[in-house]
Amino acid sequence: MSTATAPHAPVLENLPAPAKANKPTLGQWFRSKGWRHLVAIAATAFSVFPLLYVLSAALNPTGTMAGASTMFTEFGWGNFEALFANQERPFGRWFVNTLVIGLVTSAATVFLGALAAYAFSRMRFSGRRFGLLTLLLLQMFPQLLTVVAIFLLLNFIGDIIPALGLGSQLGLIMVYLGGALGVNTYLMYGFFNTVPMSLDESARIDGASHVQVFFRIIMPLVTPILAVVGLLAFIGISSEFVIASVVLTDPESQTLAVGLYSYVAQQRSENWGVFAAGAVIAAVPVMTLFLFLQRYITSGLTAGGVKG
Amino acid sequence: MLDPMVEIEEKPSAAPPRRNGKRPRSAGRGPDSLGGILAKIILLGITDAVAAFVLFQLALSAEWMIFGISLLTTLVINWIYLRRGGLPAKYLAPGIIFLLVFQVFVMIFSTYIAFTNYGDGHNSTKADAIASIQLSASERVPDSPQFPTSVLEKGGSYFLLVTTPEGEARIGSADKPLETVTPSATGPTGAATGVEGYTTLDFATLLAHQQEITALTVPISENPEEGALKTADGSTSYVYTPKLKYDASTDTFTDTATGTTYADNGRGSFVAEDGSALNTGWKVNVGLDNFQRAFTDPNLQGPLLQVIAWTFAFAILSVATTFALGLFLAITFNRADLKGQKIYRILMILPYAFPAFLSGLVWSGLLNPEFGFINNALLGGADIPWLTDPVLAKISVLMVNLWLGYPYMFLVCTGALQSLPEEVDEAARMDGASVWKIFTAIKLPLLLVSLAPLLISSFAFNFNNFNVIYMLTGGGPRFDGTTFDIGSTDILITMVYKIAFGTGTGRDYGLASALAILIFIIVAVVSALSFKKTKALEELN
Repeated sequence: MSTATAPHAPVLENLPAPAKANKPTLGQWFRSKGWRHLVAIAATAFSVFPLLYVLSAALNPTGTMAGASTMFTEFGWGNFEALFANQERPFGRWFVNTLVIGLVTSAATVFLGALAAYAFSRMRFSGRRFGLLTLLLLQMFPQLLTVVAIFLLLNFIGDIIPALGLGSQLGLIMVYLGGALGVNTYLMYGFFNTVPMSLDESARIDGASHVQVFFRIIMPLVTPILAVVGLLAFIGISSEFVIASVVLTDPESQTLAVGLYSYVAQQRSENWGVFAAGAVIAAVPVMTLFLFLQRYITSGLTAGGVKG
Repeated sequence: MLDPMVEIEEKPSAAPPRRNGKRPRSAGRGPDSLGGILAKIILLGITDAVAAFVLFQLALSAEWMIFGISLLTTLVINWIYLRRGGLPAKYLAPGIIFLLVFQVFVMIFSTYIAFTNYGDGHNSTKADAIASIQLSASERVPDSPQFPTSVLEKGGSYFLLVTTPEGEARIGSADKPLETVTPSATGPTGAATGVEGYTTLDFATLLAHQQEITALTVPISENPEEGALKTADGSTSYVYTPKLKYDASTDTFTDTATGTTYADNGRGSFVAEDGSALNTGWKVNVGLDNFQRAFTDPNLQGPLLQVIAWTFAFAILSVATTFALGLFLAITFNRADLKGQKIYRILMILPYAFPAFLSGLVWSGLLNPEFGFINNALLGGADIPWLTDPVLAKISVLMVNLWLGYPYMFLVCTGALQSLPEEVDEAARMDGASVWKIFTAIKLPLLLVSLAPLLISSFAFNFNNFNVIYMLTGGGPRFDGTTFDIGSTDILITMVYKIAFGTGTGRDYGLASALAILIFIIVAVVSALSFKKTKALEELN
């Protein structure tokens, strides 16, 4: 198919406007663009279909998986009501917990990462290269590999300071912060380098301290990467299951990932409708945020990736 | 819309800011502002206060080694922030402390656990294990006297108040052996029912806390061999003595009923000659035992090798399929004049925005063989075992991961395609190269160079892609011929999780950590090799 489009490609790409003047035949149109629409429709359907299915299952009052074998035929809010009425599985709490843990962790991640990136980008010290390389290396080993050790460590910490041990959200946040440097610092480091040094210097000459340079000059200029890192951290943490499931044992303190899994872990088909309702509520904020900031995220991804 | 940042990104890396190499800038700077000093004092003060509390608690529980490490850390933090100069450390310290504890230390700790038999039945010291065995396996002494009993409560723990046949009132709890008291109240039969400062439980409260009270074992004296008192109804208690007698001189347990002796086998258990072991053991170092077991135990060896093979297959195929589809779509849409491109794009990348843990669960509903939408609605009541047949389950997992992963590859490929120099394309066209030729000979190699690091990290990510597997199939369908809960779609990380925290089979932290170490090694080798490769690729250009 690629060869077929070859003669047209240069013309169409360089002169998009005059295409209207001499209208191409249907065959020409299909070979240059039509098939692309077909591919697009197929890919879109593949992407969207499971999401529509969840939405329909959430709105389907039957509430079981077997009942959800037709899409959008019945409507009702029963699943949502059941979701919030369940005392043993406090969905509202999970939502708040996820939000709190996610926001605190991503804010702290951004801050710790920015501090480190500032040091790596603006200062020269022995061990700098080694430090950057070590960070790059460490991020190859995700924290979930050490989940057993994390569990036992928090178990021990809990004997001494119960507020930070197993079952504590604060403890979980601390564990997550262990992964705060890693990828993020490297991503931020690259972006910090794009801010010209002359800005810092003129501020220094005007009498600003290094702290003032950091907060007043650099931070405002690197907001885009801060947003990207914060958002990626938030999305990552709100989906994190392994460590959260081990640390948060009490239903009241669990996150959406752990809680919603528990809904369908044993009886997948009976609780399906309620689970779907929960999934819709859990997904909507993240997806909205993602789509709004899509431009930043993708640029951050490619920037970090292409740089390697 | 994608490339501006990529381009900005490239420039400084070519000329890194290097003019700062002379000396740390802070050395000769003027005094900080008052606000700065205040903030510093307050933050350091809070840190020190927390540290002092932690140190105090550590001292109370006599954890001296950790006390020492914590003290040292606190001192280092204070030194970093109180001295002049040393600016980089001031900025790096907060992140690095978390990194050291929850990333580096836990890795070392995992390695340590991998060489122990830590797990259910082996989670404490030998002394604890001996005490626990003596208490747990006890039986009522035949014809022993009855003790009229009241259950008392104080400060959240329960006490048994008993009256001995001699008429003496004694009180004790699970961790305090019986001692003589003067009762403040006595019942109609003359038995003690209350003591100053304790609350006597009434019948309703007794019922409400039945389980805790029947589990209460009150040692008669400091010597566990004398036995303990237990009550079944909260009004009478009997003497129970250990069914297993511990002999400290030979370090063995003897079953008082059968006469079997259980000896320390050097591996953290008391084992009889016939090979049966007592349930409670203790934690010991077992050397390479866990690794050896993983690769030689017939119960584990076969499944493990299959899991390793599938982990590689899953990671490689996931990268290959998502990259192929993402690239194909990126090329298809890499035309400015395609109508509706924006809508297509947004709808297409929706799976990427959908929380990953939910995707697996949602697809498990779609693919459910009995009630799932795909079988029931799309295929008109077909009975295809999407998640229960070993081969189909693997295909399903790959398909779901393709759904999850291709939008990312699409975005990344689009970005990379747009940042390819236009001239190369034109020059090749001038020379009469076909579109296909341009793609395979020019664009793809260029793309691969810039995307290789991403593909490697995508591989590393999928190698440990817990969520998709665990949420979609839970690792199943289970393998036959093994007692472990491992199945044909399990990858190493889900296997680690199930062995460490799974329900049904006991927890085995040692074995799980050994497998985690195996993942460490594989990931390290693969990334070392591949980064070498990409360097070579880059040098070629």
